[in-house]
Amino acid sequence: MRSLPFFPEEATAAAREVDLMFGAWLGISLFFTALIAVLIVVFMVRFRRRHPDEVGKSEEMGPWLEIIWSAVPLFIMLAMFFWGARLFFVQHQAPPGAVEYWATGKQWMWKFEHPNGAREINHLHLPLGQTVKLTMTSEDVIHSFGVPAFRLKQDVNPGAYTRVWFQPNRVGTYHLFCDQYCGAEHSRMVGSIVVMSAEDYAAWLAGGPVGGQSPVAVGAQLFQSLACYTCHEMGPGWMARGPSLQGVYGHQVPLAGGSSVLADEAYLRESILLPAAKVVKGWQPIMPTYQGQVSEEQLIDLIAYLKSLGSAPAMGTGAVNPPGTSSPMEGGPAGSMPASPSAPPAGGPRSK
Amino acid sequence: MHSGGVSVSAGAGGHGHARLQHHFDDLEQQREASTLGMWVFLCTEILFFGGLFTTYVIYRQRFHGVFAQASRDLNVVWGGTNTAVLICSSLTMALAIWSAQINRRKLIVMFLLITMAFGLTFLGIKTVEYKEKFEHHLVPGPHFHYVCPPGEPCHPEQAEIFFSLYFCMTGLHALHMIVGVGLLSYLLLPSWQGRYTSEWHNPLECIGLYWHFVDIVWIFLFPLLYLIGAH
Amino acid sequence: MNSSDTTSAELALDRPSYLHDGYGWKSWLLTKDHKRIAILYLISITVFFAIGGIFAMLIRLELLTPEGDLVQAATYNRLFTMHGVIMVFLFLVPSIPATLGNFLVPLMIGAKDLAFPRINLISWYIYVLAGIFILWALIHGGVDTGWTFYTPFSTHYSNGYVVSTALGVFIAGFSSILTGLNFVVTIHRMRAPGMTWFRLPLFIWSHYATSLIMILGTPVIAVTLMMVAVERALNLGLFDPRLGGDPILFQHLFWFYSHPAVYIMVLPGMGVISELIAAFTRKRVFGYTVVAFSSMGIAVLGFLVWGHHLFVTGESVYAATVFSLLSMLVAVPSAIKVFNWTATLYEGSVSYETPMLYALGFIGLFTIGGLTGVMIATLGIDLHLHDTYFIIAHFHYVMVGGTIMAYMGGLHYWWPKMTGKLYPVFASRLSALLIFVGFNLTFFPQFILGYLGMPRRYWEYPPEFQVWNVLSTAGASVLGVGYLLPLCYFLYSLFYGKQAGANPWGAKGLEWATTSPPPTFNFDYPVVVDEEAYEYAPDARAVARQEAHSA
Repeated sequence: MRSLPFFPEEATAAAREVDLMFGAWLGISLFFTALIAVLIVVFMVRFRRRHPDEVGKSEEMGPWLEIIWSAVPLFIMLAMFFWGARLFFVQHQAPPGAVEYWATGKQWMWKFEHPNGAREINHLHLPLGQTVKLTMTSEDVIHSFGVPAFRLKQDVNPGAYTRVWFQPNRVGTYHLFCDQYCGAEHSRMVGSIVVMSAEDYAAWLAGGPVGGQSPVAVGAQLFQSLACYTCHEMGPGWMARGPSLQGVYGHQVPLAGGSSVLADEAYLRESILLPAAKVVKGWQPIMPTYQGQVSEEQLIDLIAYLKSLGSAPAMGTGAVNPPGTSSPMEGGPAGSMPASPSAPPAGGPRSK
Repeated sequence: MHSGGVSVSAGAGGHGHARLQHHFDDLEQQREASTLGMWVFLCTEILFFGGLFTTYVIYRQRFHGVFAQASRDLNVVWGGTNTAVLICSSLTMALAIWSAQINRRKLIVMFLLITMAFGLTFLGIKTVEYKEKFEHHLVPGPHFHYVCPPGEPCHPEQAEIFFSLYFCMTGLHALHMIVGVGLLSYLLLPSWQGRYTSEWHNPLECIGLYWHFVDIVWIFLFPLLYLIGAH
Repeated sequence: MNSSDTTSAELALDRPSYLHDGYGWKSWLLTKDHKRIAILYLISITVFFAIGGIFAMLIRLELLTPEGDLVQAATYNRLFTMHGVIMVFLFLVPSIPATLGNFLVPLMIGAKDLAFPRINLISWYIYVLAGIFILWALIHGGVDTGWTFYTPFSTHYSNGYVVSTALGVFIAGFSSILTGLNFVVTIHRMRAPGMTWFRLPLFIWSHYATSLIMILGTPVIAVTLMMVAVERALNLGLFDPRLGGDPILFQHLFWFYSHPAVYIMVLPGMGVISELIAAFTRKRVFGYTVVAFSSMGIAVLGFLVWGHHLFVTGESVYAATVFSLLSMLVAVPSAIKVFNWTATLYEGSVSYETPMLYALGFIGLFTIGGLTGVMIATLGIDLHLHDTYFIIAHFHYVMVGGTIMAYMGGLHYWWPKMTGKLYPVFASRLSALLIFVGFNLTFFPQFILGYLGMPRRYWEYPPEFQVWNVLSTAGASVLGVGYLLPLCYFLYSLFYGKQAGANPWGAKGLEWATTSPPPTFNFDYPVVVDEEAYEYAPDARAVARQEAHSA
């Protein structure tokens, strides 16, 4: 006989806080449920009907009772709301320095990509204590990345990127569930998050099923093979047909209509797949669409490469473009190809 | 839903008017009930179209340019004509009710017929437009083929969303027009028989409300679909 | 209701009751009598409740073991989809309004019928048509999208009969719109002389609030499902990201109706409970006005909280914050109701008849359902609990522990009025107890499963979750027996039950002032109302008011 499980393991600091908050709610709920139950039982017995024609006494009381029992729940709920919202904001915004991992969901498996290019299916190995930022997309329907031990969940949508971050603080193997119904094998779209000590992780990376190149390197190759450079990177003497992509990530880009947009993953993705949707000010909408020519994973690699193209010099917007994206690469398998064979983009940022 | 208020039940109980249904106290109560019922139904209808309008607004905002571009494939002349036709039909509908108020039964029938003629004209023009779209492969689905104007950004899939919305919205509207013409034809015989008088012409009023509502929906559809491409 | 004295003319049997006013099938299928239409609804929703219940039992049996061994995964997905679709759209939404509401709204306000009797009948036929569409899909192999029809799975990936089912739900929506429309107009225009708004029974208030949601919410899901059907049939891209569409837009449109729909389901239940508590304490509901307005408050706020179903979709944090706050605010009027019902017991004359047992059960279960609802409206916690069994347990506490308890309580309370017969006391109390115990055993373990992280709609699950699943399945079988029992003794009472008399509970309210079962046009005399609702013991102020009035 297994022992009865009540609470799942806690493997992040946030999980502890969620449990704390849930415990608070549990206490409040137990109090009110017990209060109502006791009152009902007491009134039932105390005021039971004693003869068939008896009627109840209707006395109109002042409104103070009702004011109290509207105000008390309201007050409790406001307090819990602020607590919950604060935690939600923390859960939402990855701290600077988070290391970027990638995930792609498809019917019915999870594909993960480590910063060094190691790829896994349905399992994600992570070093203990590392702040992980996971950027996710789906190839088909909506999935949901849920890890009960981390107390978090995030839908994985086709055609868009969503993010979660977490910092595992306990070694162990934890359930990974797909929480959004996604078809016949939904309940088999499960896996595990394996949290290992830093040394074990390094050993695992060295000996494990390493896929070869980092996303940045693969993206750089794609940038060449798809001939993106013919328009977006101008050597001396080239006619520029598209804006430079040097340091574009994480900055505001002025658009043709006079507005501007933050160049995040969603924008870069859209500009590759639907180039005419948001045209950069001063350029003609001549770029062809790459819809159908690049897979979700290739898109991830391309975007990783674009993000690696350095941010503009003075702007140290670390929160948006953490140095972490490139640093763990150096710790990756060294034998795998010199990173970015593409010519270091010359020309510097042109004014648009 | 209209039949309840409109019902021409003969079983008038005891007191009052021959139009009075058994479960109402008097004609005034019956009239107020039907009118309120129609207004409540129109609220439902607003929300019904509201779902489509919301979808339209979201995509129009997202695919701003492509919607304007695709809109140019709609025929503003036909659309404009239809707008005029519907506005006129609203006038004649109102005149039909006015005729009942002054007890002119032949006039009611005449205005009802004119209103129906306008309604059918609208549907006829709509058919011509649909046929044109069909021939140009602009009906969404497997045969959809959108030819982008030269020298402009080309997004057939976004244009298809525009045309999907165009057909959903105008199709639903046309369905309402067909129902409306049916309801008007239902009024013809009792009108001819002189059942609608200054004292009791509630069915005319209720169906009139419906007719005006359907017109107003078009007044919103026309600019949103036809005119966004014009500069 | 001084006219009730004159009604002791129960011997006025020169006119038949509505049950005996014609016997042929035409007299039922073409009836315009709201009471007969209520019976038609009662029979048809019972059929669908049984079908949905069988699916629920199969689901629970499958989950007895961690391995998927009873049915195939594809079959399991169809089971929970059809369970959801049938229970939500063909049972819960019409349950109380279309049966008890249809029967009682005209009676309680002293009207001869609903404002549009013919539309009322049409709405039943529309409901049947919707049922046929859904059954057609079911017989041909079912649907596997979940009752939520999430895109792009439903539009481009599912291999079930999505179009037929979506059209079925679309059609069922119109049945519910017409019912709501009929109620609104009836309550506005058909009240008997003297029946002012604040003399209306709380049942009427809650049905009025429900009707508003039916009228304003249902068309949105109708048009949304129409778009889903068209998209699937013609391979359009309105909600498919590959074709430029946005799947999240569907979720917004869907929940814009489907969250308020929760209140369509539970508000009429709250109305029933108010009636039961008043009748079995022989006392005016504490804070009548507040309870009435809280129904309206729930209806209005209910339209502003749909976004809490999208907390984990990547919705903007600011939107999520607002939706979280509004969702918590909805809990305030619900809490007020619970406290007011409890306070009504104080100094009442409490009796433990079967309907009262259901009512007390409702208060307890709805309290738990409501409190867990506020938990999952809390943003930080929802990230953990979203899409798990915690959600399943929460909404079953509200829908089954709330709505169905109220429905059963109401059925037991008004059964003598509807049929003129009394049912066996012991069996009915036993069933109330079985349902209460079975329900808790079924769904309480699911809270724990949910917190442990077991996702919803799973056909297989990790073995450590088994203990709680076994408990839940055991509870479901008790619950099943609890629901079968009333079916048996209600049918028994029709043939062998004792005559009920006009007012077996000694309750106030116009429906008890007429005979049981009532005559076709409800009252044998013109109804005039001259007192407040639930005026069991006129207090000093009411007496003074009345004297001032008659002076």
